[in-house]
Amino acid sequence: MPAGPARIEARGWGWRHAGRRRSAVRDVDLVIEPGERVLLLGASGSGKSTLLHGLAGVLGGSEEGEASGRLLVDGRDAADARGRTGLVLQDPGAQLVMSRLGDDVAFGAENLGVPPGEIAGRVREALDAVGLDLPLDRPTSALSGGQQQRLALAGVLAMRPGALLLDEPTANLDPDGVAEVRDAVARVLDATGATLVVIEHRVDVWASIVQRVVVLGDGGVLADGPTERVLADEAGVLAAAGVWLPGRTPETAPPPAAGTGPELLVAEGLSVARVAGQPLRGGIDLTVSAGDALAITGPNGVGKSTLALTLAGLLRPDAGTLEARGPLAAGVRHPEPIRWKPRDLLTRIGTVFQSPAHQFLRATVREELELGPRALRQPPAEREARAEGILERLGLLRLAEANPFTLSGGEQRRLSVATAIATAPQVLVLDEPTFGQDANTWAVLVELLAELRAAGTSVVAVTHDREFVRATGSREHRLAAARSGVPA
Amino acid sequence: MSVIGAVRPDLPLAHVNPVAKLAATLPLAIALVLTLDPVSAAVALVLELLVLVAVGFGPLLRSKRLLPIWIAAPLTGLSMLLYGEASGEVHWSFGLAAISDGSIAIALTTVLRVLAIALPGVVLFLTIDPTDLADGLAQTLRLPDRFVLGALAALRLAGGLVDDWRMLALARRARGVADGGPVVRFVRQAFALLVLAVRRGGTLATAMEGRGFGGSGERTWARTAHFGRVEWLVVAVGCAVAALAVAVSVAVGSWNVIWA
Ligand SMILES: Nc1ncnc2c1ncn2[C@@H]1O[C@H](COP(=O)(O)OP(=O)(O)OP(=O)(O)O)[C@@H](O)[C@H]1O
Ligand SMILES: [Mg+2]
Repeated sequence: MPAGPARIEARGWGWRHAGRRRSAVRDVDLVIEPGERVLLLGASGSGKSTLLHGLAGVLGGSEEGEASGRLLVDGRDAADARGRTGLVLQDPGAQLVMSRLGDDVAFGAENLGVPPGEIAGRVREALDAVGLDLPLDRPTSALSGGQQQRLALAGVLAMRPGALLLDEPTANLDPDGVAEVRDAVARVLDATGATLVVIEHRVDVWASIVQRVVVLGDGGVLADGPTERVLADEAGVLAAAGVWLPGRTPETAPPPAAGTGPELLVAEGLSVARVAGQPLRGGIDLTVSAGDALAITGPNGVGKSTLALTLAGLLRPDAGTLEARGPLAAGVRHPEPIRWKPRDLLTRIGTVFQSPAHQFLRATVREELELGPRALRQPPAEREARAEGILERLGLLRLAEANPFTLSGGEQRRLSVATAIATAPQVLVLDEPTFGQDANTWAVLVELLAELRAAGTSVVAVTHDREFVRATGSREHRLAAARSGVPA
Repeated sequence: MSVIGAVRPDLPLAHVNPVAKLAATLPLAIALVLTLDPVSAAVALVLELLVLVAVGFGPLLRSKRLLPIWIAAPLTGLSMLLYGEASGEVHWSFGLAAISDGSIAIALTTVLRVLAIALPGVVLFLTIDPTDLADGLAQTLRLPDRFVLGALAALRLAGGLVDDWRMLALARRARGVADGGPVVRFVRQAFALLVLAVRRGGTLATAMEGRGFGGSGERTWARTAHFGRVEWLVVAVGCAVAALAVAVSVAVGSWNVIWA
């Protein structure tokens, strides 16, 4: 196997996933010279991840889908060149292979047949490069999202691949984490000269490191060239692809004024815990009023998601109280959301989980969306019309009959938001609602939430997305790092 | 958080090659499964307790982790006591259940055997890290890489399922489908877990391939699985316990093989 940076070439390449009528990508013609650093852009669902998986040779055989054209790494079929490329998937939690941190980093190097004596050194080097300073025997299941992302990167670095293929490698990170991981990648590239293909909607994250951007879309490569030139000359293509230009927030209507309605949800001295008796955070006081927007922010691993699940009436408060007030408490016997029946929750508090996979229960997108309204026994005509409207807005209508698990990362996120909205709850609790969205789908989400708020819904969002906080005019409840080493 | 896949370097023998630990429990298990007499099981149990305590498992033996064995063994004994083949004097009977001299003996033997077989197995298994086991299976026993790593990945997924189960319960509540009786709810949630597990398996396979797994070249192992003096000693002790148990039983004339 050749060493040094890898050359990548696509010749009229395309891929149609089994079970889909449309191709995910088609007619891609592209040459990436050894050592080039490329940012791969494109609307959510335009086939970026599919292309990257193709380059890594992991799309599978004919039972997984149908390929056309050719995809070459160093002149060989990408599927035969596995190991020349190192792939980091969009979902870092899904790619932990081994149960101990050090073993996980070593896994890729082992697969390539690196002599055992050399692997220990590579593992240490890779962990240094990504700034993961933890004992080698730390269980990988006990890492926060940000730590997992770093670990996934380290595992690929230890392979010393000719090309790094990174699928939104900073999507789950807090702003400090984003810069750290980006800089880690830059250091590695400077040292090894490897080729880089990275997917990310927000150009400014990678602009200082890549020399070239490629915009993928319907019909193949829509724009391709040096970063500056493409950003300057291809405004139309970039806007259509939802590319997030440096220093520019997508335009959305100004947010509604802060909630002035009646209080809906009041937390006093609230302690939150995943496991009863092991509180992650304590002493939380907050109030959510009708029409309110509240952003819960803070670094990775600080307990934001746990707080969200508690506010949503899904986890029992470990101490303190969480009570519904006013209209939210009307029609239920107890003020504490944790004591409500599931059906009572549906119209009162809707939740979007951090990981969409936990939330999908049906075989098609449409059924998924109608599930809640069905449980509420809404008349079919009304239910279907509403589902249709939401799918349309969120760009999911053409996927209505697809299986939710086969959607792209961004599509899955939009579907999970859609399911929460479908039952028109009074309070929405959203964990990272804008994760993986391009500028256009992002703007749709922001506007959708604004409309709901104008109609009296309150929105509580866990988020790292500064622009989201600003565009929604959210109040911020910041959780500061209290203890170190507490995983998310 | 998961039951499977947790690392327990704090336990004695944690660093011994898992293959040796499995091999050590084998002779006794075979001997006890094929025989029916109380003496071999009793001797084995006493020897096991002595060895385990001597190696430092005393605290573990007394801990809650072994509670299932201490409960399960008497329960199997109880069923033998009531429903075992009656012989000799019958002391009590009610319907099909009867306590006789014969069933008392069978019950006692059963409790002893269950304990003697399960105790070393469970104690040693608690000291085994799945990754070390995979190393041992692949390097010491030379099982195929793909098989061993596939099994390891499956184990790791199984560990994660505990957390998934908890999240699924929350998610189903949030989606308003957690109504209904506990049995129906359990079955539905189990089905959802199955679907999720299959998806996760697919993604994990992709991730493994994305890091060069299943390529054409020879694979190496970063951790060398040793099979040295300590390992042989562990196996030897296992054989010795089995041999002694059988020898005593034969000597007192109680040795009794299943087919005899
Ligand atoms: N395993 C699969 N089976 C069927 N269809 C799939 C599968 N994976 C992706 N798709 C579909 O292929 C299209 C492209 O998906 P892909 O994941 O490549 O998009 P993407 O550009 O990475 O989007 P995002 O920015 O949202 O991650 C989408 O319409 C998606 O629904
Ligand atoms: Mg993607």
